Amino acid sequence: MDRLEQEIRDTSKGMTPIVKTITRFAIGIIVIFGAYIILYGHLTPGGGFAGGVILASSYVLLTLAFGKDMALSKMGNTAASILDNSGALAFVVIGLLGFTGGYFFYNFLPKGEQFQLFSAGFIPLLNIAIGVKVTASLFAIFMALSIFGRFIYQAAEGEERESEE
Amino acid sequence: MQTYYPLFTAIPLAAAFLNLLLSKISMKVSDYIAFLVTGILAVMAVRMLFEAPFIYAVGNWRPPLGILLVSDGLSSLMLVIINVIGLLAVIFSMKYMTTYTAKPKYYSLFMLMIAGMNGVVITGDMFNLYVFLEIASIASYALVGFGTGKRELEASFKYLVLGGVASTAILFGIAFLYSITGTLNMPDLAQQLETIGMTRTVGFVVALFIMGFGLKASAVPFHAWLPDAHPSAPAPISAMLSGVLIKALGIYTIMRIMFNIIGQNELISAIIMFLGALSMVVGVLLAVGQSDFKRMLAYHSISQMGYVTIGVGLGLNPKIDPAVAALGLFGGLFHLVNHAVFKSCLFLCSGAFEYRTGTREKHEMGGLVRKMPVTSTTCSIASLSISGVPPFNGFWSKLIIILALIKAGYWIYGPIAVLVAFITLISFIRLQTGVMFGKLPEKFSGVKEAPFAMTLPLILLAILCLGIGIAYPWIDYGLLQAARDALLDKMAYMNYLIGG
Amino acid sequence: MILYFLSMVLLVMGLYCLVAKKNIVKKIIGIVIIEYSVNLFLVLVGYRSGGIAPILVKGMQAEELVQKGVDPLPQALVLTSIVIGLGTMALMVALCLRMYEKFKTFDMSKINTLKG
Repeated sequence: MDRLEQEIRDTSKGMTPIVKTITRFAIGIIVIFGAYIILYGHLTPGGGFAGGVILASSYVLLTLAFGKDMALSKMGNTAASILDNSGALAFVVIGLLGFTGGYFFYNFLPKGEQFQLFSAGFIPLLNIAIGVKVTASLFAIFMALSIFGRFIYQAAEGEERESEE
Repeated sequence: MQTYYPLFTAIPLAAAFLNLLLSKISMKVSDYIAFLVTGILAVMAVRMLFEAPFIYAVGNWRPPLGILLVSDGLSSLMLVIINVIGLLAVIFSMKYMTTYTAKPKYYSLFMLMIAGMNGVVITGDMFNLYVFLEIASIASYALVGFGTGKRELEASFKYLVLGGVASTAILFGIAFLYSITGTLNMPDLAQQLETIGMTRTVGFVVALFIMGFGLKASAVPFHAWLPDAHPSAPAPISAMLSGVLIKALGIYTIMRIMFNIIGQNELISAIIMFLGALSMVVGVLLAVGQSDFKRMLAYHSISQMGYVTIGVGLGLNPKIDPAVAALGLFGGLFHLVNHAVFKSCLFLCSGAFEYRTGTREKHEMGGLVRKMPVTSTTCSIASLSISGVPPFNGFWSKLIIILALIKAGYWIYGPIAVLVAFITLISFIRLQTGVMFGKLPEKFSGVKEAPFAMTLPLILLAILCLGIGIAYPWIDYGLLQAARDALLDKMAYMNYLIGG
Repeated sequence: MILYFLSMVLLVMGLYCLVAKKNIVKKIIGIVIIEYSVNLFLVLVGYRSGGIAPILVKGMQAEELVQKGVDPLPQALVLTSIVIGLGTMALMVALCLRMYEKFKTFDMSKINTLKG
């Protein structure tokens, strides 16, 4: 019995084993779909933001099913913050690299052939940068609000109980 | 310089994120990054003054397809105000912000705010303007609530709700403009609206814009957030909000849209002048009764912005003598510069007093001129400046606005402006006697002068107040005239579309 | 025309929610409804009945897209405005939680430390 099996059988954290098992199968598909939306953003509908939201929602699913420890072990708060900032920084830096062609946000890479995956110059790179940024920041927002919110509720309820006594 | 025009937004944006990354390694580095970045921006902004007007096509997409950046007299003027005051606020923050936690986050939000304001000022694209406006606004909402005390949070929420409604109104206006013209490029919009004329839809758009940008500029019916938000922020942020943000997001956008895109119009001029007069009177009357130092300054911001608004409104009127309209607009722009200088000086002074005494209530302070001579002197200079005492800079700009109002035959607004200046003087004399003179309370006997990093920006701003005032009759105000001419010449703005 | 009118109705409903409700969370919902009404309006500006998605796929001529496709610009604008709305909403919710921590209530009429 490996560690994941133990996690699934452990009923003290997260939801029931049924939800955990289904999450285990669904999460890979969700991640692949998110990555597809990001990477094919320049060819089909979608792009960095939409794909990033899907990727972040996979982390949200993980948190709901397995509890926050599991999700934080995949991406901690510090890692989320670093990814968030470096994604945004990469976007600006790619824009600045356009100065090699003489203009801010100039598409300096070769355009390639239409309808191919490696085409449209630097737009896929920008999509990836946005995707990383959106994934990390949405996950960080979710974690901050949920953990912080629970903490506040507990504090408020504790005080109420004290005042009642 | 022309090649690197977009760096005005790119540098602070990159610095904001780089700062958060590097602060994971060392907390001290954010001070240096912020100082370096605002220093570079200030030098670049001053250099921009010597450039002829030009346009910049982002990504080499020719207008009206791509995003257009426009540099003319007005945007150069605003860039200098934003970045120089920003530099001084950062120098002030180095010592002042040690009383707060999470300094790197503060500097990152500050950089985002600068990036947003610079973007609003340099852009020539309507939707781009909205995006940068939102960046600056969201950063300022977070900065107002930075102290996370009860008052800060409530003020920030109030500001956020009202600001959100204003942004929605602006976006509605942009959507209507797009639906009737099919373009978002500002010079192109100006051309299209020239042929469409003042239809009812355009009138509705103007109403939405006056509401949205008027709320950002806190003209009086929309002023409810300002007296709460500005005092709640940390002092350098109050200085940025009152000194720069309401001008860059409010007055600048109103001027740019009304003059360069919609064009001069008598009705719009009457509305804006009425808003300006209302702001002057209501702001100053509410300011007199305030006991909180910063809250009083915030109400005076509303009142002084009324002067700017009324000058701008006078310039919008096509029916009066063009020379008088230009004079009114010149006065408005001059007062905008002066207000940025003396109001940021006053807010920074209030921060220095608060840093040493720990209170903002006027009646608790007193006799501080003996303990904090530098801060008190600079505060006096700025107070005399805002009250319009000769020979300080506020006197000249108020004089020009009042003269223009009288010359144009506004026999009600002119005397009101004189009266408001008088009440402002009374209010600031009460401030002086309350804070600096009189008896020193027992508990402040150990108070020392503020540290050098805090007094240096104060001294520089006070020198500017005095210098602009004394040298006024001899200086050639080419900078302000270039800004005024950029606004009044709608044809030149429309020609930016074809690369003029 | 009726659709434009409906987006205005949505705007007024959001404004009512913002003004009349005392609960902070309901006020946040009101602001979000207002934002969505603008987004709906922007999408409607670019709508064309019987139009196709403004994406060039393999084997389609550019002329066909120009003739049939809906206006892509408002859709890009709506996406940007949704992102901005997300940022504003996250900040509002964070502030709301902080206020609950300090005041122990979501009722805006009981939160009055500021003079007005």
